[in-house]
Amino acid sequence: MPKPETILCPKPAGLYCAPGDFYIDPVRPVARAVITHGHSDHARSGHGTVLATPETLAIMAARYGENFAGSTTALRYGQKIDRDGVEVSLVPAGHVLGSAQAVIKAKGVTFVVSGDYKRRRDPTCPAFEPVACDVFVTEATFGIPVFNFPDASDEVARLLKSVKQFPERTHLVGAYALGKAQRIIRLLREAGYDKPVFVHGAMQSMNTLYERFGIDLGPLEPATVEKGSKKDFAGALVIAPPSSIDDKWSRRFADPLPAFASGWMRVRARARQRQVELPLVISDHADWNELTLTIGEVAPGEVWITHGGEEALLRWCELKGQKARALSLVGYDEDEGEG
Amino acid sequence: MKAFAHLLDRLAFTPQRNGKLVLVRDFLREQPDPDRGWALASLTGALSFDAAKPAFIRKAVEARLDPQLFALSYDYVGDLAETVSLVWPVKPGANREPEMGEVVDALRGATRSEVQKLLEGWLDALDADGRWALLKLLTGGLRVGVSARLAKQACADMGGVEVSEIEEIWHGLEPPYEDLFAWLEKRSEKPSADHPGRFRPVMLAQAIDEEKDFANYAAEDYAAEWKWDGIRVQAVNERGQRRLFSRTGDDIGASFPDVLEALSQEGVIDGELLVMKKGQVSSFGDLQQRLNRKKIDLALMAKYPAGIRAYDILLDGARDMRGLSFKERRAALEKFVAREKADRIDLSPLQPFKSWDELAKLRAHPPKGDPEISEGLMLKRWDSTYEAGRPKGPWFKWKRDPHLIDAVLMYAQRGHGKRSGFYSDYTFGVWREDANGDRQLTPVGKAYFGFTDEELKQIDKFVRDNTIERFGPVRSVKANKDFGLVLEVAFEGLQRSTRHKSGVAMRFPRISRIRWDKPAREADELFTLEKMLD
Repeated sequence: MPKPETILCPKPAGLYCAPGDFYIDPVRPVARAVITHGHSDHARSGHGTVLATPETLAIMAARYGENFAGSTTALRYGQKIDRDGVEVSLVPAGHVLGSAQAVIKAKGVTFVVSGDYKRRRDPTCPAFEPVACDVFVTEATFGIPVFNFPDASDEVARLLKSVKQFPERTHLVGAYALGKAQRIIRLLREAGYDKPVFVHGAMQSMNTLYERFGIDLGPLEPATVEKGSKKDFAGALVIAPPSSIDDKWSRRFADPLPAFASGWMRVRARARQRQVELPLVISDHADWNELTLTIGEVAPGEVWITHGGEEALLRWCELKGQKARALSLVGYDEDEGEG
Repeated sequence: MKAFAHLLDRLAFTPQRNGKLVLVRDFLREQPDPDRGWALASLTGALSFDAAKPAFIRKAVEARLDPQLFALSYDYVGDLAETVSLVWPVKPGANREPEMGEVVDALRGATRSEVQKLLEGWLDALDADGRWALLKLLTGGLRVGVSARLAKQACADMGGVEVSEIEEIWHGLEPPYEDLFAWLEKRSEKPSADHPGRFRPVMLAQAIDEEKDFANYAAEDYAAEWKWDGIRVQAVNERGQRRLFSRTGDDIGASFPDVLEALSQEGVIDGELLVMKKGQVSSFGDLQQRLNRKKIDLALMAKYPAGIRAYDILLDGARDMRGLSFKERRAALEKFVAREKADRIDLSPLQPFKSWDELAKLRAHPPKGDPEISEGLMLKRWDSTYEAGRPKGPWFKWKRDPHLIDAVLMYAQRGHGKRSGFYSDYTFGVWREDANGDRQLTPVGKAYFGFTDEELKQIDKFVRDNTIERFGPVRSVKANKDFGLVLEVAFEGLQRSTRHKSGVAMRFPRISRIRWDKPAREADELFTLEKMLD
């Protein structure tokens, strides 16, 4: 077996597959790209050709316009394609709609590049599928043992309880526009909340796209005040991008109660820092247990860690006798970005 | 335990009092006995355990998690209890989650070594939130901003009764308060208030409206006395029980054994707790040295001797005086104080006056001595009975005009709730010469009220337009000799403080005016402020 590094290696633009001459989730424009999912730190515009799932291509088109790349190839989950003797296929990653792991086979070596992923149930996308491989390239956004997330539906139950307890206030939930927002809306619907959910203008296009792919979000209304008074939003649930929650935008609502749905909310100091009153620990990333469980399950020859809390995860691999290395790729938002 | 954990978390992140009240009220409604009672007791500090030391908790977790992984985690989180609660490995098939009542019962009966074993079993059975609450409970550090007063108000809201009714019976109650909840849920009679040494709800004064009230009320109907600048207390000696209560019914006697000792006669008096040296009142700052101390420091007690300046009498021997007029109570009080042997208890003297004008002069120019450091005057109707709460009419407070300074806005922080989109908490500074003789701003205080909604919008805009730096929710604002926003700040008093860089600390600072017109360089100097020190 050839050395894996001769097939796949980190470059300034991102992870590069030399025999296939393509990058995976490059952070700057390249000739050929494979994109794992639509979050803007992974899916950028301006590449020559883009290979991704039909959902991811649709998300990119909605965000960047139809001409976001020179040409595109849609690859459904499980379908295989050949790139100069390298076999590429996409497998569900469970992160957001269209998210995929890239499975790359070259010279008898199998790589799985996870992109961002999680192992929990998400009513808006198919579940992560473990694939046996020689090299598992994993994210580690929440790669510290302190990140152990509760059940997302319990968090949504806490949100609904708060709405009941404070009917005179507007619950303002900060959630990323792609994935998190729709997952929360679906979870709200599953919990029996059938009233309209008010959404920030910046979320409209993603919501429409999700519905086009068959995710029923129920009644949604724009969170804009035209004529009525602030009181109109008393008791309402508003979903907005996290940055709008603590900005001027939030002033239009009755006594807003700021909530924020993110894995970072697991640590109280983070929630305090953002002046969140209702931290909701809901993440589209794998927590520590999911990361370690996945590595154990995939049982690869080597683990490569792209970005995030690599120090702790490397230590865990060392304790388990699992060969591992950190790639320390730059350009993926660990902190305030989407995901 | 889970419900308690969620309550703790919500309380810790909810800054507004009203929000906290709703959370505690609903918790009390939803949770069963005795869990809710134990929870209430631990929130108010009536129940605290010192059952597990940090070193033990650390050892327990390191037996289950690689010490290097634990160290990385602890570095990241910064709080031991929180780190342990998050990293504690899941143990499938562990016991069912313990209830609050079970935990309390077990802790009360267990020896130290038994506690350690119990603790590990509970940590295995709970989820991360539950573990956090348990560890906070065991190490005695809840810190969620729930005062006894707030807890009583939440009980009152739960049962739809007046808070004074709760206060009246509170000191006869013991956790887990099952009799209290039974009454609040109308399942039984009100628990008895006949409890020796209990607290009697306090009568409070309305602030006077100078424009309206003097026209409506006749000077001859009122007595006047100084409003002393200490803390309002109720001193009790009843059937062998001696107690000292704050005006909200918190028992503060443990910090003041010298005062308790001086309560030689049976009765209950209402007065001001002050540091008094040879019958002369010291500043509020001196009294602060004595407040909230768990351990008695004899040297400190000798340096800052405390006493009570008596305003009123509620119980004289065994006789309840509250139904009598102020005039009758005053006569009894004078006799009562005259019988006291210790000079730690003296009488707040009445100030005779014939007209409101005469009283206004007295307020503006208090005589030399103690009245100079009083907070102003109190007016009490001669015929007023002693009534719990803050009734309008019988008693008024007429505070002295506040001190004013012009300061420059230096930092602004985002507010909460209705103000969450606004920069509404302001840190302001005054000029001081640094070592090179340059004038620099030094922060002297922080204020978050005193302005209208319209003014808030204007200041908010100023902050956003003139931000230099951002640190989380705080922005630093452009402020130098040639540019800055001058705020007129009103405050009640000023004390030396080693905790503040400027060396001074204000009492009740608030924004009284926004001086858009005033150039920053003309704001006040630190030495102007130092001249106002109490």
